[in-house]
Amino acid sequence: MPASRLTRFFYRVLFYLLVLAVFIYLVFPFYWAVVSSLKSPQALFQTPVTYWPSPPRWQNYLDVFTMQPFGRNLLNSAIVAGATTLIALLFGSFAAYALGRFRFAGKRPLYYAILSVSMFPQISVLGGMYVLIKALGLYNTWWALIFSYMIFTLPFTVWVLTSFVREIPVELEEAAYVDGATPLQTLFRVLLPLMAPGLVTAGLLAFIGAWNEFLFALTFTVDDRARTVPVAIAFFSGASQYELPWAQIMAASVIVTVPLIVLVLVFQQRIIAGLTAGAVKG
Amino acid sequence: MQVPKWFKVALAAAGFLALGVPAAAQGVTVTISCGSVGKGYNFCKEGAEAWAKRTGNKVRVLASPKSTTDRLALYQQQLAAGSSEVDVYMIDVIWPGILGEFFVDLNQYIDPKVKSEFFPALIKANTVDGRLVGLPWFTDAGILYYRTDLLKKYGFAGPPKTWDELKAMAAKIQAGERKSNPKFWGFVWQGAPYEGLTCDALEWIYSYGGGTIVDAQGNITVNNPKAAAALKMAKSWVNTISPPGVLAYMEEDARGVWQAGNAAFMRNWPYAYALGNSPESPIKGKFDVTVLPKASTPDGRHAATLGGWQLAVSRFSKHKKEAVSLVLYLTGFNEQKRRAIYGTYLPTRPALYQDPDVLAAAPFMGRLYDVFVNAVPRPSAQTKKKYNQVSSAFWTAVHSVLEGKATAEMALSQLAMRLERIKGPGW
Amino acid sequence: MAQRLSLSARRARIAWAFLAPAVLVLLAVAAYPLFRTFQLSLFRANLLDYPLRPEWVGLANYAYMVRDLYWWTSVKNTVIFTVASVGLETVLGLGIALLVNARFPLRGAMRTAMLIPWAIPTVVSAQMWRWMYNDVYGVVNDLLLRAHLIAKPLAWLADPHLVLPAIIAVDVWKTTPFMALLLLAGLQSIPEELYEASRVDGASGAQQFWFITLPLLVPALLVALIFRTLDALRVFDVIYVMSGVNPSTMSMSVYARQQLVDFGDLGYGSALSTGIFFIIALFVVLYLSVLRVEVD
Repeated sequence: MPASRLTRFFYRVLFYLLVLAVFIYLVFPFYWAVVSSLKSPQALFQTPVTYWPSPPRWQNYLDVFTMQPFGRNLLNSAIVAGATTLIALLFGSFAAYALGRFRFAGKRPLYYAILSVSMFPQISVLGGMYVLIKALGLYNTWWALIFSYMIFTLPFTVWVLTSFVREIPVELEEAAYVDGATPLQTLFRVLLPLMAPGLVTAGLLAFIGAWNEFLFALTFTVDDRARTVPVAIAFFSGASQYELPWAQIMAASVIVTVPLIVLVLVFQQRIIAGLTAGAVKG
Repeated sequence: MQVPKWFKVALAAAGFLALGVPAAAQGVTVTISCGSVGKGYNFCKEGAEAWAKRTGNKVRVLASPKSTTDRLALYQQQLAAGSSEVDVYMIDVIWPGILGEFFVDLNQYIDPKVKSEFFPALIKANTVDGRLVGLPWFTDAGILYYRTDLLKKYGFAGPPKTWDELKAMAAKIQAGERKSNPKFWGFVWQGAPYEGLTCDALEWIYSYGGGTIVDAQGNITVNNPKAAAALKMAKSWVNTISPPGVLAYMEEDARGVWQAGNAAFMRNWPYAYALGNSPESPIKGKFDVTVLPKASTPDGRHAATLGGWQLAVSRFSKHKKEAVSLVLYLTGFNEQKRRAIYGTYLPTRPALYQDPDVLAAAPFMGRLYDVFVNAVPRPSAQTKKKYNQVSSAFWTAVHSVLEGKATAEMALSQLAMRLERIKGPGW
Repeated sequence: MAQRLSLSARRARIAWAFLAPAVLVLLAVAAYPLFRTFQLSLFRANLLDYPLRPEWVGLANYAYMVRDLYWWTSVKNTVIFTVASVGLETVLGLGIALLVNARFPLRGAMRTAMLIPWAIPTVVSAQMWRWMYNDVYGVVNDLLLRAHLIAKPLAWLADPHLVLPAIIAVDVWKTTPFMALLLLAGLQSIPEELYEASRVDGASGAQQFWFITLPLLVPALLVALIFRTLDALRVFDVIYVMSGVNPSTMSMSVYARQQLVDFGDLGYGSALSTGIFFIIALFVVLYLSVLRVEVD
């Protein structure tokens, strides 16, 4: 038996080494962003490379907020990404319910048509989208971004959720029908809780996609009324056209990433709740 | 950037007398898109607000994206859709030909005398088919940075005059410095496949007497032995005096190596001057700038590619007269003087290079006057909307030579064929 | 019988009611821009002309596309990029998903770490990697030199043999979380009883993986593969920031963007975009038929 205990110990060590390796691979570049964000412009170009900023230059973070209304940009990003996610999830779960549960003519073509919307490079729809946004009077508003982000969040959400709906046993719904529930009630009371992992996943990915989007946000906003963070970062400059204010860019990136980390920490419980919900069915 | 109050007052008064900006209708708001957040935006805003105060109008100053490609994409989208959102655009020196149709002809608004106060080459660069689409705001040109301390250490009396000298000096310094610093290189420049490589390569070719890719009449001239010799020279630097990584360098990559003290020479724009002399810089006070070297051949000449930015008025503007007035004010003598002194923006008016205040604030402007005045424009005025195609074909060909994928002769003859096809019946 | 028919008709009506919001929104957002792209691909038109002077050329843009060597180079680059990056992401993503699905201390930290690369805006992270890859002061060379894995600094972004792998490494880093997250959600919807039952039957861990986990993961895997492939085939930022418009790395989107924006060539740029559309569609059809997933 000691041999088997040794093997188990060996496997355990191997497992943690693997965890550590993956962790470093994922996190090191972010660590590097944090380090860079705390360096002085000179220290950035220093050789040999230094792995710890000394002394840390917090001024870079202050600069981000004083150079332009970065707080407003953050608010814009939060509202745009939040609304995009909610709308995409709501409409997406409706559509997923229909596609995953109902039989009707034209279902398959529709399924592919929805997917095909996201097969064009973003740049090629830009011109048409610009005209549309202008015509609808949405230019330079949150709605311009929320609306245009549907083109990449909605198809994805529909597909993810449809595959989840299909995995859910039909009996559960039938029980609800027998109890006299309407389809809408069935969706909200029976299906959505069971789709939790899918909703969290699709929601998170939609949120991050909207949070990080650059091209539409650049083109459909002109000032800080609706300008989001990735665009705001692209407007930073140093003393000239050529200089890259690297430390400020990195500080801004760290600031943008933090809310997402918080979001993930909050939804930790949700992801696990999804797991349990999946287990108690039947 | 703190500007003394007396200066603002003096400037406003002087501007009022000197320029005689036409009295504008009351209370219109002119929107200008200039500079990205930071120094560029602040300077623009200060200038534009001074104009607003004097004329009784209002200004809305929009920042623009830092990357020029993002900027071009954004402006194209706005202009192609006929948007009147922005009245005055700040445009790159190579854009008048590209975006020209969307801007008003300033000839119809301004006194011809005003034109003669600017560098003629810059006015030419802003003239497309006889239309003056922009007024030059600040200029830029490629220059050579060199380490004065290292030159002295290795017994050189002054900076190199020819490329051969540069190569020999760089090799000697590099060999010596490598003993204590394995990361040291002789010469860094911009070799990534992008517009910056077009600027660098144009300097090499022009300095060999190999022309400007497309001549002023629109003939494709790039396929010539002098151009090939220039490219061979540049190819010979890679991995000898220049790091292999230079083929992916843009301005900031080169400056990074240079400013850490890891290079003896650098080709860059004047912006790196102030940064290199900032308090914490390891090379502070240890370098100087001069004109780029010329070829050792009899028809070799010094060359610097022309850069810089112009102000243009959108044809969709609802307040064209006021917009022109703003452009005149910002490009005027006094505003340019303020920008030169407090922001080291290179003026576009020759008179400012003799101004004692300007020279006191930025001595290198006086010494490099000849470089700026003789700067070589990229062939954007003659190739117009096809300039980006020409430039992209050019940098792709040059990059393939530098990578060793093609010989200079082969690459240039293929480039000439490609350019002929881009040109078609005419530019 | 009549009753059944009317039931299915009613079900269809309900289905369309549920679909309506999504379909209407997509029609509004996508129909006009996409139609315009198709339409413009049949014209010669320059964005920089004022006023726009589109000239009908039929399929001439497509005819040129077939002969355009740069286009085919970009197709080749994109396919290499996609196969390599999506392949690596799938393997890594599955590994990470299995890892964080296991119970161990600090799993929460790991799940958070997993998402960090995805959370940094691509425009920024591509710049950051460009910085890290710098041959003289980049941290990648510094680390590798310290670890004695390389003898002298490599020019990651300048060496034609290294630049595409270097870019792929960034994309894998950036988008593996996407894969991992989708697969994790898939893993969590596999009922625990199946594992328990198989354990009772004496199945090994490997057997459980091959006969339970993998087959039940197919729907999630398919969604992840389709969307990653779709994205990878449209790749733009990471390539554009790291190496510009360079024939040895440029992707289809980089090339199409150059035509559309830098050259203002609406007609040809739109034809290229349509070309990209069909190539992506081909991949999606391929996946659906290889993985044999029924839509119904």
